[in-house]
Amino acid sequence: MSEVVVAHHDDHHDHGPDKGLARWLFTTNHKDIGTLYLWFSFTMFLIGGVMALIIRTELFQPGLQFIDPAFFNQMTTNHGLIMVFGAIMPAFVGLANWLVPMMVGAPDMALPRMNNLSFWILPFAFAMLISTLFMEGGGPNFGWTFYAPLSTTYAPDTVTYFIFGVHLMGASSIMGSINIIATILNMRAPGMTLMKMPLFVWTWLITAYLLLAVMPVLAGAVTMMLFDIHFGTSFFNAAGGGDPVMFQHIFWFFGHPEVYIMILPAFGIVSQIIPTFARKPLFGYDSMVYATASIAFLSFIVWAHHMFTVGMPLAGQLFFMYSTMLIAVPTGVKVFNWTATMWRGSMTFETPMLFAIAFVILFTIGGFSGLMLAITPVDYQYHDTYFVVAHFHYVLVPGALFSIIAAVYYWLPKWCGRMYDESLGKLHFWLSFIGVNVTFFPQHFSGLAGMPRRIPDYALQFADFNMVSSIGAFIFGFSQVFFLYVLIKTIRSGEPATDRVWEGAHGLEWTLPSPAPYHSFTTPPNVTDAEAHS
Amino acid sequence: MSRNIGSTGGHGRTVGKLCLMVCGMFAFGFALVPLYDMFCEVTGLGGRTGDQYAYDPASMQKDSSRLVKVNFVTNTNDGMAWEFWAESGGVRVHPGEVKEVKFYVRNPTKQRMVGQAIPSVVPGRAAQYFHKTECFCFNNQVLEPGETLEMPMRFIVDPDLPKNVPTVSLSYALFDITEMAAGNMKSRAEG
Ligand code: HEM
Ligand SMILES: [Cu+2]
Repeated sequence: MSEVVVAHHDDHHDHGPDKGLARWLFTTNHKDIGTLYLWFSFTMFLIGGVMALIIRTELFQPGLQFIDPAFFNQMTTNHGLIMVFGAIMPAFVGLANWLVPMMVGAPDMALPRMNNLSFWILPFAFAMLISTLFMEGGGPNFGWTFYAPLSTTYAPDTVTYFIFGVHLMGASSIMGSINIIATILNMRAPGMTLMKMPLFVWTWLITAYLLLAVMPVLAGAVTMMLFDIHFGTSFFNAAGGGDPVMFQHIFWFFGHPEVYIMILPAFGIVSQIIPTFARKPLFGYDSMVYATASIAFLSFIVWAHHMFTVGMPLAGQLFFMYSTMLIAVPTGVKVFNWTATMWRGSMTFETPMLFAIAFVILFTIGGFSGLMLAITPVDYQYHDTYFVVAHFHYVLVPGALFSIIAAVYYWLPKWCGRMYDESLGKLHFWLSFIGVNVTFFPQHFSGLAGMPRRIPDYALQFADFNMVSSIGAFIFGFSQVFFLYVLIKTIRSGEPATDRVWEGAHGLEWTLPSPAPYHSFTTPPNVTDAEAHS
Repeated sequence: MSRNIGSTGGHGRTVGKLCLMVCGMFAFGFALVPLYDMFCEVTGLGGRTGDQYAYDPASMQKDSSRLVKVNFVTNTNDGMAWEFWAESGGVRVHPGEVKEVKFYVRNPTKQRMVGQAIPSVVPGRAAQYFHKTECFCFNNQVLEPGETLEMPMRFIVDPDLPKNVPTVSLSYALFDITEMAAGNMKSRAEG
C-alpha cells in the first residue's frame, strides 16, 4: 500500500481496523462510520419500502381488502418518517463521512468519537420508533407531519416513544452536522480554499448549517407535544388557550428547510458526476455556490406554502406565494448550469451518469409541480391530494434517492477497490427509471382529478391510475433488491478498479489508491489546480 | 505534520459557536409561541379576540351613521355533550355602542362537567375591533347534571372598524375540560 498509510509519527491509534464486531462498535474511522451509515440507511430504505408496498397493495383496487384503515394510517406515517429520517438523511451523512475528509485532504472527521456516537444512537432511535408498531394501540398514525391535536389529544399512547425517537434522531443529526462543519472549516489541506472546494463539500457545509438551524426547532416542537400530553400544558390545545395552527407553523418552519436538507447534498453529488462524464469542468461553479446559499436562505421564509388552506391574511398568502416562486430562480440556475456542463461535452453514459441525468430531468418535473402548488388559489384545489404526493415523490425519489444511488455507483470503486458490473448497473437504472415514472406520474392525474391523500380507499374513477401506480411501485421496489445484489456482487467479486476509476474524474479522492486506505492524507496532500476547482 | 489528528484540540472554538447556535435555535422554537401570539393579535390571524376590554365610556363615540351586523355561531367541540345556544343568531349594532346578548348552556348528562368556550372572529382583520367587556369565555363554567346556565356577553364594536366590513361573525367553540380542570395531567378528550 502507499506511504500515506504508514504514518509512524502518528502513534495514538492503530494503523488498521480492529477485527470483528468491535471494529464497528468502537470505530472512530470516518470510512467505517460512513459505511455504517450507508448500510443502516439501506436497511431503513428496505423497511420503509416494504411499508410503501403494503400501501400500494391496499390501493391496487378500490375498496378495503388487505389491511384495516387504522393500520393503513400507521403505514403512511411510518413510511414517511423512516424514509425521511432513516433512509435519505443518514445516507447523505454516510456519504459526507466517506467523502468530505478525502475531498478536502483531511485525515479524518474533526471529532471522531462524537462521530461514532452520532451514528450509534440512530439504531436505537429507529428500534424505538418501529417497535411501537407491535405495541398495544399501534404506532404513530398521524402522518409524518404529526399535526397536533392528532398527535397529542388523539394520539395512541405510544406517541411518547415517537417523541423520544425524534429527539434522538435530532441529536444525531446535530452532532453529525457539527462534525461536518468543523471538518470543513478547520481541516482543509493547505491550498484548499473555500472557493476551491468540490461542490459536494460546499452543499454539505450549507446543509449542515440548515440542520443546526432547524433540528432544534423540531426538538422544541416535540417537546411541546410531550408537555401537552403529559404535563397538562396547552401549547396546541385550543381548550386551554393554545392553538393547533401554531403547531403547523412551527412544524413547517422546520419542515421546509428540511426538504432542502434532503436535496442540497444531492445537488452537490450531481455537480460532481456530470462534469466527470461530460469531460468538462462544471459550468458556473461560483453561481452554483451562490445559488445553493440563496436556496438555503429562502427556505426559511416560505414555510406557510404548506398551509395556504388553514387560513391566512391575504398579504400572507401573497408573500408566501411569491417567496416560494422565487426559489425557482436559483434552482433554475442550477439546472441551467448542469445542462450547460453537458453541452458539447464528450459524454459517456455509465451508470452514475445515467442516474445523474435522470435526476436533472425528473427533479425538474418535481420543481414544476412545486411551482403549480405554490400558486395559492390553485393550491386550494391541489392541497392534500395525490398531486402533492406526486410532487414530493418526484423531488425525493428520482431527486434525492437517485443522487444517492448515483453517488454509490460513482464512488463505490474507490471505497471497495472493485468495479461494479456496468450492464447490471444499467439494467438497475432502467428498471428504476421506468418503475419510478410508472408509479408517480399517474399520481399527478389522480391528484388533479381530486383523489385525496392518506386514505385507504378511493372512488371508482381513480381505479386505473392506482392500478398502474401499484404496478410501478412493485417494479421499483424489486429493482432496489436487485441493486442490493449488484452491490454485494461488486464488493465480493468485482473487477479491480484503477486509482482514478473514471477517465474524467478530478478531485483529491481520486489521487488515493483504490480501495482508499484505512487512513488517508495523514500528511496533507498537495492541492493542484487539476484536482481542485480553480 | 501540520494538523492535530484524532483529538478535538483546535476545534473547540468552532464546536462552541455551533453549540451556541443550536441552543439559540432551541430557544427560538419556544420563542415562536409568544411571537405567534403577538403576530395573531396584530394581524387578527385565527380571529383571536382580546381579554376583557377596559375603556372609558366618556371617550367612546357612538357612530350612528352605520350599522354593523354581528352574527353569533355556537359550536360544541367533538365529544362535548352540552347544549349551547345564543338567544339570537345575530344583532345589528352601531359601532361604539355597548350591546348585551345572552348565551345559554345546558348539561344534559348525569355528570358534573366543566366547559370552556373559545371565541374567534371572522373576518380576522375585524378581530382587533371587536371588544368584549364581559364574556363567559373569560372563565370556565361548571354545570351540575341537568343544570342550565344563562350567560350574558357584552361587547362593543370599535368605531375604527374599517368601513368595508359590514358583517362580523363571532363564533364560540365549547370544549369539555372536565378532566383538565380535575387536575388530570392527561387532557385527553376521548371521542
Ligand atoms: C421549485 C421548488 C419547489 C416548490 C416551488 C415547492 C412547492 C411546494 C408546495 C407549495 C407544497 C405544498 C403543497 C400542499 O401541501 O398543498 C410542497 C409540498 C412538498 N414539497 Fe415542495 N416545492 C419545491 C421543491 C421541493 C423539494 C426540492 C423538495 C424535497 C426534496 C420538496 C418536498 C416537498 C414535500 C415533502 C412536500 C409535502 C409535504 C407534506 O405535506 O407531506 N419540494 N412543495
Ligand atoms: Cu415547502
